[in-house]
Amino acid sequence: MNTFVLLKQVPDTETKIRLKGDNSGIETGDIKWIVSPYDEFAIEEGLKTREAHGGTVTVLTAGPDRCVEALRTALAMGADNAMHVKTDSDNLDTFQVAKALAAVLKQNNADLIFAGKQAIDDDQAAVFGYVAEFLDIPSVSVVIKVEMANDKKSLRAHREVDGGAKHIIESTLPCLVAVNKGINSPRYASLPGIMKAKKKEIKAFTLADLGVAGESARVSESAYAMPPERSAGKKIEGDAATQAKELVRLLREEAKVI
Amino acid sequence: MSDIFLVAEHKDGELKRVTLEILGELISQGVQPEVLIVGAPDVQKVAGALGAKGAEKVISLENPALAQYTTEGYTNALFQYLSTKSPKAVIAGATPQAKDFLPRLAAKLQAGMANDCVEFNIKGAPITVRRPVYAGKTSKQVSFVNGPAVFSVRPNVLPLPADAQKSPQVENISADPGNVRAKLVEVQASATKKLDLTEADIIISGGRSLKSADNFKLIFDAAEAIGAAAGASRAAVDAGYAPHDMQVGQTGKTVSPKLYIACGISGAIQHLAGMRTSKVIVAINKDPEAPIFTKADYGIVGDLFEVVPHLTEEFKKLRAHS
Repeated sequence: MNTFVLLKQVPDTETKIRLKGDNSGIETGDIKWIVSPYDEFAIEEGLKTREAHGGTVTVLTAGPDRCVEALRTALAMGADNAMHVKTDSDNLDTFQVAKALAAVLKQNNADLIFAGKQAIDDDQAAVFGYVAEFLDIPSVSVVIKVEMANDKKSLRAHREVDGGAKHIIESTLPCLVAVNKGINSPRYASLPGIMKAKKKEIKAFTLADLGVAGESARVSESAYAMPPERSAGKKIEGDAATQAKELVRLLREEAKVI
Repeated sequence: MSDIFLVAEHKDGELKRVTLEILGELISQGVQPEVLIVGAPDVQKVAGALGAKGAEKVISLENPALAQYTTEGYTNALFQYLSTKSPKAVIAGATPQAKDFLPRLAAKLQAGMANDCVEFNIKGAPITVRRPVYAGKTSKQVSFVNGPAVFSVRPNVLPLPADAQKSPQVENISADPGNVRAKLVEVQASATKKLDLTEADIIISGGRSLKSADNFKLIFDAAEAIGAAAGASRAAVDAGYAPHDMQVGQTGKTVSPKLYIACGISGAIQHLAGMRTSKVIVAINKDPEAPIFTKADYGIVGDLFEVVPHLTEEFKKLRAHS
């Protein structure tokens, strides 16, 4: 199996977001960068697939130079190869990023592609669909279980849909699978893994190398705004029975939400 | 002729409320969209529900193979129809289903897209939307500067429109699902018929203080008594007390119900981000210093094992009287 994993470097979930003075984006000065948590599940699923069915796992990202650290994290976990589409900033739109990733995947004849169901910075959850469409291959999203057929020509993916129901999808390969939390428990990088990862070569591409430098952005972003602060409201006193009764009264008569 | 298209979503023959929320907002911005229904078993019923809220034109894309949702089938059928038009915007509710096919449809239309929008300006030049990012810690404006606008709108954010009593013109079109390579082979229904968290009006969530999966019954009972969906904090999910599809917050679901009741949840930044746009927040926690109290409209300092059963009883009484 020639397995690829798409990943994105994002701010740690603990990050307190602050805006730039002109509200054109967020301050990135003191951010701690991590591999997007859903992508860690994708890396683990790639490694498990290799263990069960052979082949190699290549991790691929697009972004500025700092993203190399995210690729090294994946190499330390056990990925075989890493590829980096270098961009000047994070500000390519979904369309442009997907064009670039699809170009690399096409050149390398990926037959199974894992990605996280969304990156936890932009929460857009769209790159997977664009990439699959640009490659003209099927996609399955929000997947919590993957079973590969013995002949490695198809797979079964369990995807979560509304309210706890599941769809079992059978897809031909190549296929792009966007995974959800719960599919596996990502392994930690071992010390030898970390040492080995430091020495591995990371194959870099520019947008021009991939022939996609001419793709113009479909959207622009601006006017970041912080949500209104919420403040502490009423404390309800008394014993448990009194508190419950008073809460229901307030929700009904004051807040009018039940 | 409208160049604004709204993709309706229906489940078990019922139209989803978010479709009507978007329809109402479009009409109030002076736009009458063409509403697209894919594979509806009962087109008259769905079209009737749309007309009751002001829709004038409904297109039903029909094919027996579209009765069950597949990513490629929906994408192909919608693209086939839209490619005969010059769409300026294609809009859907930000549901698990739409978020699955919309990126592929946008790619086919060579369009940009934005998911989970909370505001839009359909008459803007360019069309703009606002969407939360970083799990709601901030939001940004997205402008569709090049090509059609494809976007999804978060449920429960826009109000339901008033009744309008239109009889929409319905056009039935034979649609082609094309080559479906990822086939639906089995549907595993949920044990209980639940509303998705993102679409629920009321959510009651439990945290790690529940101490076990069995104790989550307390949360389920309270939720059932008031017709709410049950949620959980990341700590509770990671401890194995609740399944991941119940998780609220960053790495879980972002929700904005009318009422959010957090039981035994301290209020980590990741959790607050996922529920802070709820209209009313209630916190029940033993620790008076828990950060959740700084965001709650109503706070109860107390043991959830004592308070929640009483709350369930009060909900039951309320239901019995109404």
